[in-house]
Amino acid sequence: MYDVIIVGAGICGTSLARELSKYRLSVCCLERENDVADGTTKANSGIVHAGYDPLPGTQMAKLNVVGNAMVEQLCKDLDVPYRKNGSLVLAFDDDEMKTIQTLYERGVANGVPDLSILSGEEVAKLEPNLNPVKGALYAKSAGVVSPWELAIAQMEVAVQNGVELYLEREVNGITWNGESFAVTAAHNGETESYEARYLVNAAGVDADTIESFINEPPYHTKPNKGQYYLLDKSQGNLVHTVVFQCPSKLGKGVLVSPTAHGNLIVGPDSVDQPDKDDVSVTADRLAFIRNAAARSCSKINYRDSIRNFAGIRAQSEQDEFLIHYSPVTNQMVHLANIKSPGLTSSPAIALEVVEMLQKAGLVLEEKDSYQTTRRFPRFRELSEEEKKRIIEKDPRYGRIICRCESITEGEIVAAVHSPVPATTVDAVKRRCNAGMGRCQGGFCSPRVVEIIARELHRAPESICKDKAGSYILIGKTTKGEEKA
Amino acid sequence: MFQYDLAIIGGGPAGLAAAVSAWNEGVRSIVIIERDDVTGGILNQCIHNGFGLHYFKEELTGPEYAGRFEQMVAETSIDVKKQTMVLNITPEKMIYAVNPTDGYFAISAKAIVLSMGCRERTRGAISIPGDRPSGVFTAGTAQRYVNIEGYMVGKRVVILGSGDIGLIMARRMTLEGAKVLAVVEIMPYSNGLNRNLVQCLDDYDIPLYLSHTVTDIRGKRRVEQVVVSKVDENRAPIPGTEMTFDCDTLLLSVGLIPENELTKSAGIPIDRRSNGAIVFDDMQTELEGVFACGNVLHVHDLVDFVTAESMKAGKSAAQYILYPYQHTDQPVELQNGPGVTYTVPQKLDLTAGEAKTDLFFRVNHVIHGGTITVQAEDGTVLFSRKKAHMLPAEMEKITLDKSWFVGHHTATVSIQEGANEK
Ligand SMILES: Cc1cc2nc3c(=O)[nH]c(=O)nc-3n(C[C@H](O)[C@H](O)[C@H](O)COP(=O)(O)OP(=O)(O)OC[C@H]3O[C@@H](n4cnc5c(N)ncnc54)[C@H](O)[C@@H]3O)c2cc1C
Ligand SMILES: Cc1cc2nc3c(=O)[nH]c(=O)nc-3n(C[C@H](O)[C@H](O)[C@H](O)COP(=O)(O)OP(=O)(O)OC[C@H]3O[C@@H](n4cnc5c(N)ncnc54)[C@H](O)[C@@H]3O)c2cc1C
Repeated sequence: MYDVIIVGAGICGTSLARELSKYRLSVCCLERENDVADGTTKANSGIVHAGYDPLPGTQMAKLNVVGNAMVEQLCKDLDVPYRKNGSLVLAFDDDEMKTIQTLYERGVANGVPDLSILSGEEVAKLEPNLNPVKGALYAKSAGVVSPWELAIAQMEVAVQNGVELYLEREVNGITWNGESFAVTAAHNGETESYEARYLVNAAGVDADTIESFINEPPYHTKPNKGQYYLLDKSQGNLVHTVVFQCPSKLGKGVLVSPTAHGNLIVGPDSVDQPDKDDVSVTADRLAFIRNAAARSCSKINYRDSIRNFAGIRAQSEQDEFLIHYSPVTNQMVHLANIKSPGLTSSPAIALEVVEMLQKAGLVLEEKDSYQTTRRFPRFRELSEEEKKRIIEKDPRYGRIICRCESITEGEIVAAVHSPVPATTVDAVKRRCNAGMGRCQGGFCSPRVVEIIARELHRAPESICKDKAGSYILIGKTTKGEEKA
Repeated sequence: MFQYDLAIIGGGPAGLAAAVSAWNEGVRSIVIIERDDVTGGILNQCIHNGFGLHYFKEELTGPEYAGRFEQMVAETSIDVKKQTMVLNITPEKMIYAVNPTDGYFAISAKAIVLSMGCRERTRGAISIPGDRPSGVFTAGTAQRYVNIEGYMVGKRVVILGSGDIGLIMARRMTLEGAKVLAVVEIMPYSNGLNRNLVQCLDDYDIPLYLSHTVTDIRGKRRVEQVVVSKVDENRAPIPGTEMTFDCDTLLLSVGLIPENELTKSAGIPIDRRSNGAIVFDDMQTELEGVFACGNVLHVHDLVDFVTAESMKAGKSAAQYILYPYQHTDQPVELQNGPGVTYTVPQKLDLTAGEAKTDLFFRVNHVIHGGTITVQAEDGTVLFSRKKAHMLPAEMEKITLDKSWFVGHHTATVSIQEGANEK
């Protein structure tokens, strides 16, 4: 019997796992996929929003502003790529100047620090590559983060503090006996059962499904897809801040921003679709994004595009996070409708959930010692002296595997043997960036497959690109057979 | 810190040839730096025949061709540092590299030859729509898995791009027991050598769809279907022409991009049309003492041309080391006229180097009957030669006598079309 089970290991589940791992509790997290952060958390804009968007008085506004400040500190403690580069909302005409005035006032009401309205000239000075504008709302507290690394790092800390993570467990049933829950999950074709006194539903866009196992959800999830361009680092200096457009009759507009890794991201659009896991990209929407972005900046060179992707927003008819107790029992908390700014808010959401669980009777006793920090070795960021030293200690740091990003064998091995081990090519990529660069793993993916297989004593054919079933190799060639 | 007269970055056919040539000219302190466990570059995975027809006058496989140069290097006292990745080159010609035995270290050299080869364009670079399952490989990555690692990547295959690598992989996959359903080419003509079209597709009854492209990839985990559509003259897909192939693999052979990140780190100017450094006719870049050759300079279809170009780069680097010279600040600038995508070299120095120079260029569309013309800024025709067929896929080479250019500052290379129908 666990004290708490968390369903889902996206940014909400992992933030909560880290927060709960401070206390003397037995906690486990059940995740459907073969890695954490493999849902919406790996496919979004990665913006740490300042908090002027949500309406004053909403929970979203409060959690956004609190979360923004927490993300900065967390990224320091957990060695996660983050830049506090500020954001601009561009205004191209007098109407839009009025909109940013409204946003400014909202921001002030929400308690957003360091907000100001810039003139067209000031914007041009700050961002010389943008098209001329009338003015902009400038929010210095906005930033960019690597969302999946934040989730992975938090789960690593949680695991090191005793949280149990079970991957490839798809929760398919929940029963409540008046005191505790029995949760069933599918694993490799078998059904497993887990018991806990408290249960948290952090299943992202599937939160309604999990909720329906215990009560009728008080909302209707309307999945909404956003598509993106990701461009090479050579385009990463085109803008320095997160550049938004004003919400208008034409839609919400698209953003242009450097990412936490120094690439350029352009997108997203916003289209409702019935399917929760259709993350395909389409030619018409990509064309729409290029057109929309050209309003902000006409200098984006799409020849330097290295990848397109899409993420699914957990949306409903309500414009608010729906963080609520199950009507059946306060021992279950649902996190529904965690759309943007869900990433930014996640550490604050975790605090909120802990408080709700405590109110429902969960006893919180702090552990005497628990680990709050975590480091990941990044060869390319080391000084000359540190580089020399790390190779002396472990020569695998002298062997570059991913040439675009200069990622060494040492880092890949570290990812495979980390507290939340990487077992797929994309899981390695999410932990150490191998294959994230301009050649998109063309050169290194065969080597990465080989290293994972070697380190985990598995056959290369069994190594997947990403989710279960995304196999890469089908078997040996006739010549390969002879070699073996 | 290591010190050498000549440092060669990249031990593919270009680097090996440059090293041998510099040695033959009398340079004795040479290092070749190679990232991989072995030298030979991309040739290691090209196990098919067809290399060396021009240079050795016989048909060799890729590894055999590389082996000849590796043997020549072995007979000298040229240092070869393998498993060594160059991370940075400064404008002061300091090279920073890393490997498991020497750690992180610097090399200073009197001259540098850049021969880092190229990388493949990916799905992301051309934004192919659809799901993002496994089973989408660049042809070169698949070639590496199949020919070097000994693993098959799929059973039912569609190939996008009819360049040589795509064609060769169509045959390779077939020989390994896969079914190649289609080779799809967006242009109305193939980008591969004619002999490869015959030997890799026709001989195995693999259909080639010209003026078609991939418009959708389907499959949540592994590729399940690829949708192919016909395109109009602007290369836009025509709705209603979709064909769906049930397959587990899509190979991309959609172009190669010279790997010039190091070149850029040294501040060396790049020609946006060749995607390589701007060079003089001795293969020297605009940074004195730094030379470039092979696929890092411009993408070659024949390794024999790589060798010839690289021998020249090695020889020039040797001259520079043994009898230091500087380029004139008033070279003849070669410009691209109608029909021409780029030229290499881009600059001719009439005061240094050899009397004659080879000029490589590519045409920007299929030309049936044209005249290659080199014309000075005042209209003087310096060179003119008729040619029946010219394809963007096949690099053109002409030889120029530099004395023709005396008194001129610029010259335009162009193709006059039509007038010379055969
Ligand atoms: C296009 C787009 C752009 C965005 N941009 C931003 C932004 O810039 N800034 C920002 O703050 N927010 C942004 N967001 C919002 C943010 O990404 C989300 O709020 C956040 O990632 C949600 O995290 P989550 O943990 O709730 O969900 P997820 O990351 O989806 O995690 C849910 C997890 O639950 C698992 N799961 C589902 N069902 C089951 C089951 N039955 N059993 C076990 N496990 C299950 C899933 O596999 C998944 O791993 C954006 C969202 C989108 C779609
Ligand atoms: C798949 C394929 C099939 C081909 N088929 C034929 C054919 O049938 N017939 C034919 O004549 N030609 C063919 N070619 C063309 C010919 O083989 C190439 O043009 C030639 O190999 C290019 O030589 P290179 O030395 O410039 O580049 P490469 O062979 O790519 O060598 C570059 C070397 O530099 C190394 N390097 C790069 N960066 C660094 C760094 N930072 N530090 C250290 N080392 C580095 C690389 O590891 C590599 O070994 C083919 C080419 C390809 C790609």
